[in-house]
Amino acid sequence: MAKWKSLDQMSILSRHYPRLDAPDKVTGQAKYVYDQSPKGMLFGTILSSPHPAAKIVKIDDSKVRKLPGVKAVLTDVHPTGTIRYVGEEIAAVAATTYEIAEDALDLFQVEYEVLPFAADLNTAMKDGAPRVFSDRSNFRDPRVRGEGDIEAGFTEADEIIESEFRTQVQTHSCLEPHGSMAMWEGDELIVWDSTQAVHGVREGLAKFLEMPVNKVRVICEHMGGGFGSKLQAGRYSAIAAQLAKQANAPVKLMLTRKQDFMTVGNRPNSIAKIKIGAKKDGRVTAFSAVSHGTAGIGTNARTRLPIVYDIPNWKHEHYDVFTNAGPARAFRAPGCPQGCFAMEQVMDEIAEKIGMNPLEFRLKNDTNQTRQKEWKIGADKIGWNSRNTKPGSDSGPVKRGLGMGGSIWWPGGRGTQASMRIYPDGGVEVRCGTQDIGTGTRTIVAAIAAEELGLQIHQIKPMVGDSDYPRSGGSGGSTTAPSVAPAIKNTAEKAKTKLGELAAQHFGVEPAQIKWQKDSLSVVGMQNKKLKWKELCSLLETEPLELNGEWVEGLSSAGVAGCQFAEVAVDTETGRINVEKVVAVADCGLILNRLTTESQVNGAVIQGISYALYENRLMDPITGGQLNADFENYKIVGSMEVPEIEVILYDEPERGVIGIGEPPTIPTAAAIANAFYNATGVRLHELPMTPDKVLIALAAGKED
Amino acid sequence: MVKFEYLNPKSLKELPDLLSKKQDESIVLAGGTDLLDLLKERLIEPKRVINIKNIKDLHGIKNGSGLELGALTTITEIAADPRIQKKYSVLAQAAESIGTPQLRNMGTIGGNLCQRPRCWYYRGRQYPCLKKGGAKCYAAEGWNQYHAIFGGGPSYIVHPSDAAPALQALGASLKVFGPSGSDEIPLEEFFELPIDNLRGENVLQANEIITHISIPEPAAGTRSTFLKFREKQSMDFAISSVAAILQMQGNRVKSADIVLGGVAPIPWRAKDAEAELQGKALSSETIEKAATAAVAGATPMSHNSYKIQLTQNLVRRALQHLAKA
Repeated sequence: MAKWKSLDQMSILSRHYPRLDAPDKVTGQAKYVYDQSPKGMLFGTILSSPHPAAKIVKIDDSKVRKLPGVKAVLTDVHPTGTIRYVGEEIAAVAATTYEIAEDALDLFQVEYEVLPFAADLNTAMKDGAPRVFSDRSNFRDPRVRGEGDIEAGFTEADEIIESEFRTQVQTHSCLEPHGSMAMWEGDELIVWDSTQAVHGVREGLAKFLEMPVNKVRVICEHMGGGFGSKLQAGRYSAIAAQLAKQANAPVKLMLTRKQDFMTVGNRPNSIAKIKIGAKKDGRVTAFSAVSHGTAGIGTNARTRLPIVYDIPNWKHEHYDVFTNAGPARAFRAPGCPQGCFAMEQVMDEIAEKIGMNPLEFRLKNDTNQTRQKEWKIGADKIGWNSRNTKPGSDSGPVKRGLGMGGSIWWPGGRGTQASMRIYPDGGVEVRCGTQDIGTGTRTIVAAIAAEELGLQIHQIKPMVGDSDYPRSGGSGGSTTAPSVAPAIKNTAEKAKTKLGELAAQHFGVEPAQIKWQKDSLSVVGMQNKKLKWKELCSLLETEPLELNGEWVEGLSSAGVAGCQFAEVAVDTETGRINVEKVVAVADCGLILNRLTTESQVNGAVIQGISYALYENRLMDPITGGQLNADFENYKIVGSMEVPEIEVILYDEPERGVIGIGEPPTIPTAAAIANAFYNATGVRLHELPMTPDKVLIALAAGKED
Repeated sequence: MVKFEYLNPKSLKELPDLLSKKQDESIVLAGGTDLLDLLKERLIEPKRVINIKNIKDLHGIKNGSGLELGALTTITEIAADPRIQKKYSVLAQAAESIGTPQLRNMGTIGGNLCQRPRCWYYRGRQYPCLKKGGAKCYAAEGWNQYHAIFGGGPSYIVHPSDAAPALQALGASLKVFGPSGSDEIPLEEFFELPIDNLRGENVLQANEIITHISIPEPAAGTRSTFLKFREKQSMDFAISSVAAILQMQGNRVKSADIVLGGVAPIPWRAKDAEAELQGKALSSETIEKAATAAVAGATPMSHNSYKIQLTQNLVRRALQHLAKA
């Protein structure tokens, strides 16, 4: 089985090094889909449904077609004609300027038959609520999972806690909205897409447009954030392609911010009713949960429960509830932050009830050996032992507290192909049809090749983000690094073998006699028979060396453990929770790039704080659309809300590469909620923990 | 895109001919931080946009007895002015709390007073609300956590300006220019409740502009502060704010000016709180009474009752701060 070199033999991997595209990004040279502007390009716009539930009776586009500058019109973009959420695509236009394309939307005359709707979870769950799908209940059949004997488990328990938790719908809010620039060259389609999956979008588009896969090419050089919402071919991409075909010109179609909020995914909300039982000695004996959540008109709104801990007797019953809202999409650790917010709070609640320190209680129940160590490291860094042991006992209006939460993640790597081209002048290109979604994938592709070949990073040209390159999967599930890294190493190893054979032939020796030292090789025992990299490559004469490699076992693994500790200061007079510090201990196997790994953890914690305290999709009860589909009212942390974040990379290089993008966003909200309780003696059961909820909870807590 | 004629007058004299009497037919462009949003969302579709930035005499801060601010003085200029920081600190603090550095660099004080409400229903073209000539105030039955606890009905917007409560507490007045020349209006009489003016927020006519803002010299023994509570420190409008000015005589309050922001359709003078303070020593008991009086008579909506407690706490905090000053 393949193996990585040991850390002391590495000179690049596991170190800090900047991303290769940083200069391009900060100087504006990096080209995103938004920046594409080929000659003759038209601008596409989509007419969105203003109604959450309606039937399209008639679309009259005669006025649209008469508007000067309009070059293509589509009125058949909706597959069924039955509208189920505000923002659904009704029609589309391409015009010579964005302004004309926008004005054109007002000229469509659409006749709707407006239907009753249920745009939020509470409404959809009520008796007699309007049905989202006329032929089915709003409740899907439950998904029931469990292990052991739940009744025996609760009977065995000395103490039992029952509690209910609610989390909100969070939207991905990517800085670059979803969108594509589509152009045809004969019967071949080229799409620049802001995507996390160039190959996935290629295959999805080919299917949708009923074209052979080899006639579609998808390119994504740089993209402005995805977080799970850009893993599939979008309807907007197909519309752009259809408009481009009709107009016989390239068409760029970027969603508006409002459309982006309402139509291309979100993290489902949750209502979780939980019961947990434990023995006085600290062992959790039983856990049960009933949860509801909405993925809009989509499915899989599952809240992951129980999470982090292995409990001998447990049961979880989950119901998806349909609402008249845009479908959910995968969002950074799907189901997990929701589950963790509930799980880690009931862990604290029951620990308090049996009179045990929450840290000791976790150590008692956590079967993961990595996390066992991480809990202790984190506790030490945050100063757990110096915390206020009597919740809410600080004097004065500002009260401080500490709290913790654990994280977990599963997937590892999977099939990825790569190719390498070595030129006779020593230049190296590495092609891999993965994409850099901002995590630094492009840079590690170069770094791994450089490490393996004994070169410097800048000697390698990494080429990613094009479906013409060897296939790799979507950048989701924290699978990119464990999928891509082994393939690059495998390809470089093959190149080395091939070059070794070439040198052996040159020296007239057996390949086994060739010994590599960094970027040069020599014949064992013959110091004068030595070739430096460029000399070696010159043996290729005119033909570059081209090799293919692929993902192999042994270089990556699955399963991630982590934990976080938060310190908060709660202003009990204004309801503001100020997160002062987060200690994030992240399990990361073999670190490829320490700098971008730390960035991933920082970003995950920041997004976790934003989820905990600010973000909240609000559906308007009157019109059924999202009321706060803008960055003024859909609040996301800004620079002033970001605390000191201490990232501790707990590396176990012997495990190989594991993914790091998702797990560190799982426990942040839970740790903040537990810290809030430690500060105030009052528990918050609902996200986001905004000042209104805090003030109301504190007032109610005083009365208790 | 809204199509309009773009005009660049060089002097005030040219304005009356350019400005229309009809609401929103012609509109004045100063910093543009609010106007561009209104145009993009098509909340207004003016025939003429009149850039006033080339008109002389509307810029800058003049010191004399008191202060005169040209309407085009930027928020940054006000926040950074050492004299304002020292003598009119309530205003400097309010200015500092507005928007972001970029918005403060572009935004003007005249525009800040004339900005339109941030209500999420008002700002959405899809909601034909009362303020846009529609039939109902959506906030009354919808989401209203950021809406009015005082002075609401039939519309429940809150006035978004941070500078307005500070200027009102300072006793500022406005120089207004229109077809019949210049006029002076106390800021206290400038803003109007929805019950008196549903479509607008102030008495300014469509063919008038603010040219200057005059602030009287604070009396000796004056202390002032501005506290703003917002969800995000990085950039946010006030959920509640307090502009508090006390003129002290020894340890007693000779006069008090307490004006609240973010809680009513206009800057809201807390008269009962001022009365509680008048003539009293600043004991914690007096402060508590004033804080309680500040929110007496508040009428919360379905999702904003927390603003009452929040505002009471802010008033207390502001007065405690001034007691220590």
